[in-house]
Amino acid sequence: MTQDLDSRPVVGTSAHPGTALPRPQSQSAGDTPTRESGMVFDVTDLAVHYGAFTAVREVDLKIRPNEITSFIGPSGCGKSTVLRCFNRMNDTISGARVEGDLRYRGVDLYAPSVSATQVRKHIGMVFQKPNPFPKSIYDNVAYGPRLAGMSSRSDLDAIVEQSLRGAALWEEVENRLKSSAMGLSGGQQQRLCIARALAVQPDVILMDEPCSALDPIATARIEDLMQEIKTKYTIIIVTHSMQQAARISDRTAFFTTEVSSEGDRRAGVLVEYDRTDRMFANPADDRTEAYVTGRFG
Amino acid sequence: MTAVLETPPAPSPSEALLADLAGVSGRRKLKNLVMTILMGASLVVILIVIVLVLVTVIGKGWSIVASSFPDWFTTDIPLSPRRPGPGMKAAIIGTIVTTVTATAIAVPLGIAGAVYLNEYGKQNVFARILRFFTSVMAGVPSIVMGLFIYVFWVVPRGTDGLNGFSGALALACLMLPIIVRSTEEMLKLVPQNLRDASYALGATSSRTTLTVVIPKASPGIISGALLAIARAAGETAPLIFTIGAAKASNWNPFSGTNTSLSLQIYANAKESFANANERAWGSALTLITLAVLFTIAARILSARISRGSAS
Amino acid sequence: MALTISDLRSKRQVGDRVFRSATLAGGAAILLILALIAYTITNKSTLIFRTAGLDFFTEKRWAPSADKPVFGALSFIFGTAVTATIAIVLAVPVSLGLALFTTQVAPKWLKKPLVALTDMVAVVPSVVFGLWGIIYLAPKLIGFFKNMHNWFGDWPILGSLFGKASAGRTFMTAGLILAVMITPIITSIAREVIETTPQTDCDGALALGATRWEMITGAVIPHSAGGTVGGVMLGLGRAMGETIAAALVIGSSPTITANLFSAGDSLPSVIAFQWGEATSAEKRSALIAMGLTLFVLTLLVNFAATAVVSRAMRRMQGAS
Repeated sequence: MTQDLDSRPVVGTSAHPGTALPRPQSQSAGDTPTRESGMVFDVTDLAVHYGAFTAVREVDLKIRPNEITSFIGPSGCGKSTVLRCFNRMNDTISGARVEGDLRYRGVDLYAPSVSATQVRKHIGMVFQKPNPFPKSIYDNVAYGPRLAGMSSRSDLDAIVEQSLRGAALWEEVENRLKSSAMGLSGGQQQRLCIARALAVQPDVILMDEPCSALDPIATARIEDLMQEIKTKYTIIIVTHSMQQAARISDRTAFFTTEVSSEGDRRAGVLVEYDRTDRMFANPADDRTEAYVTGRFG
Repeated sequence: MTAVLETPPAPSPSEALLADLAGVSGRRKLKNLVMTILMGASLVVILIVIVLVLVTVIGKGWSIVASSFPDWFTTDIPLSPRRPGPGMKAAIIGTIVTTVTATAIAVPLGIAGAVYLNEYGKQNVFARILRFFTSVMAGVPSIVMGLFIYVFWVVPRGTDGLNGFSGALALACLMLPIIVRSTEEMLKLVPQNLRDASYALGATSSRTTLTVVIPKASPGIISGALLAIARAAGETAPLIFTIGAAKASNWNPFSGTNTSLSLQIYANAKESFANANERAWGSALTLITLAVLFTIAARILSARISRGSAS
Repeated sequence: MALTISDLRSKRQVGDRVFRSATLAGGAAILLILALIAYTITNKSTLIFRTAGLDFFTEKRWAPSADKPVFGALSFIFGTAVTATIAIVLAVPVSLGLALFTTQVAPKWLKKPLVALTDMVAVVPSVVFGLWGIIYLAPKLIGFFKNMHNWFGDWPILGSLFGKASAGRTFMTAGLILAVMITPIITSIAREVIETTPQTDCDGALALGATRWEMITGAVIPHSAGGTVGGVMLGLGRAMGETIAAALVIGSSPTITANLFSAGDSLPSVIAFQWGEATSAEKRSALIAMGLTLFVLTLLVNFAATAVVSRAMRRMQGAS
């Protein structure tokens, strides 16, 4: 799956992701090549605080289009927190503060003029636990389009079918679209949640440990699905499973917790970010090596 | 929320994307705003009502209680509602007598019932029926409780039946379901491993319940009981039929008619004389203060007990 | 010493059995009391049903001291229905707004004070609301009622509801006071039910680009609708049975009219108000029969409410 990565055309080749080591605060970002407008996300010196607690700091990342990027690392390293910055879900947590520069296709996501609600239309999310609404399968998928003002029956029918097909669920639920989504199995529910996210026609899909509540067979189906849809979408996935990251992702970012230089508080940091094959075969950082070889974590 | 770094010379973002990210449609935004304002408005409404009620009661009540201090607490009620002046001693005593008696009846029964439900009955058919009817009984209007005690207890005893104890019976009927429900909730919270530990030491179920489960749950049980007591102390309807209409103090629940603060508020509010109305406000302030004192006492008590059981 | 069977068979078993029976008796007391209530007040009502028959429920007139006394409960049943309806119509939006505000909008530090505020309304005794209603509120409402009549008097339906106002003690006044009293009940149940909505459901809606209000309608309300309906019904039961506050402000004159600004009367109110003057056995029996009517009505409402709430709770727990 990952052998042909090197031959993939990558937009903005001038920048090799390489390792994102902590940089001095004062360094100007002015040398950022402008040709990187092809990046989906361009993160510079991101930090997230919950009240006085710093969850994660000094994150620099560039996410490429139509790739699967996985975030791995031990519990509490801030990988989910970073993920939730991309669609501004941290806004819903009181006391959360995001610092740094987070650009989505060149737009500062945290600019005052940008609406979190609108951001989430472009950047969909799938959660750890399948969370279909207590409504029918059809109404779950149609929820997003309806919010956007789509009311024509035929348009909705079309987008529901298209999204369910996209999530490889159509054949299984075709005949019971009106029955409750709560009656589906866990794996089906998660694919329904993916369909629900696809129905908004997003550009990016964030997945926060989407398989951790599922059995291996359901997990395999979701992973296959991700490979199918990545031609159309950019996917970022947080996972606890290194095997999963190695199986599915083009690039991997490894996070860990580290004692901050100023104080004694632990906070998450991005240790290494590279192509998945390289990261697992030949990690640049000792901590990464320790983690991927199972000596730590 | 926004970036703190100096802005890099960003690649000029697609104008269309920027515009699209700028905001949800005006209609949706407006709807969200209107609904948020409406939710806030309901808070304002309830705030205005409670402030108005409290300010009126305290303002009007304070003038009579303070101007006739300490007579308000030490003299009996004037025989004629037309007469000016203080005196709610009889009503204060009556409220204490009936409420304490009702508590003495309802709390042991209620705790016993809850212990049965949570420790023995659990999910058996009888326990489920009992639980259902406890909910139903909590919804029976207080005036029906008064009528019931009148018919069942007062009538067979004639005029001798009108006393503090009859009133307390009616109040106890009111309190019972509240106590059963709140106590059961508290017993449910006691971790099973505490019971297991007691059984493993050879304790019987009654001993386990009395020495481990109930003490562990007692702060919650007490605060639940206090809610019920506060409710009972403010009740009027059950007393109309059962307690008589005394104006003099009577500490004895078992003989002689009695009265209560709530009854005095009701009676004096109905009168058209300003003097009577004044006494109604004074009684209202006294009743609310008494309820608050009860609550504070309860808080202190339950805090002390929970500290004691923790150490 | 050899261990014998009797050593293992605890002597304390007897005490245990006694204890268990005692707790059972405590629980059974509830069933006993409910049965006794039903039996005794039905028994005492038979006198009026023997003389007036079922006409008791359909007779509009209430003339207990006439030469030929007439005992009709219809206008009181009507008044109970009207005041409880007003109370529900006014209290439900405020309660739901307050519950949603507390759980979804208010910042964390504000939640506890808001809950305490709602509880404070519940702590004020009903008779104090009655006192406030009769002396403070009712005189102020006359002008308001007259204005409403002037503004809406010519409108098709509102015109008949907002009729001429002659006094401050009316159906509407009673409905208002009852609304205040049931607001904390509905609010606290709604709040509890809303809080069971899993955060993941709310996140799911937000992640699809929903605004807060859209998240509430999409995720919170479907989850909490059942339990909230049950809470509203419990509030309805309380509004129907609340006596003293209503008795003080309803005006105590049995009337059947569409005009909400008219004085009226209700079942609990007439029992409380006329009990003292009820010297004839017939009148007492009539008042007790009204108590029986009230008992049955609130029982039905509470049966339904309890069933709805417990089913909703089970469903929610099962769904998660």
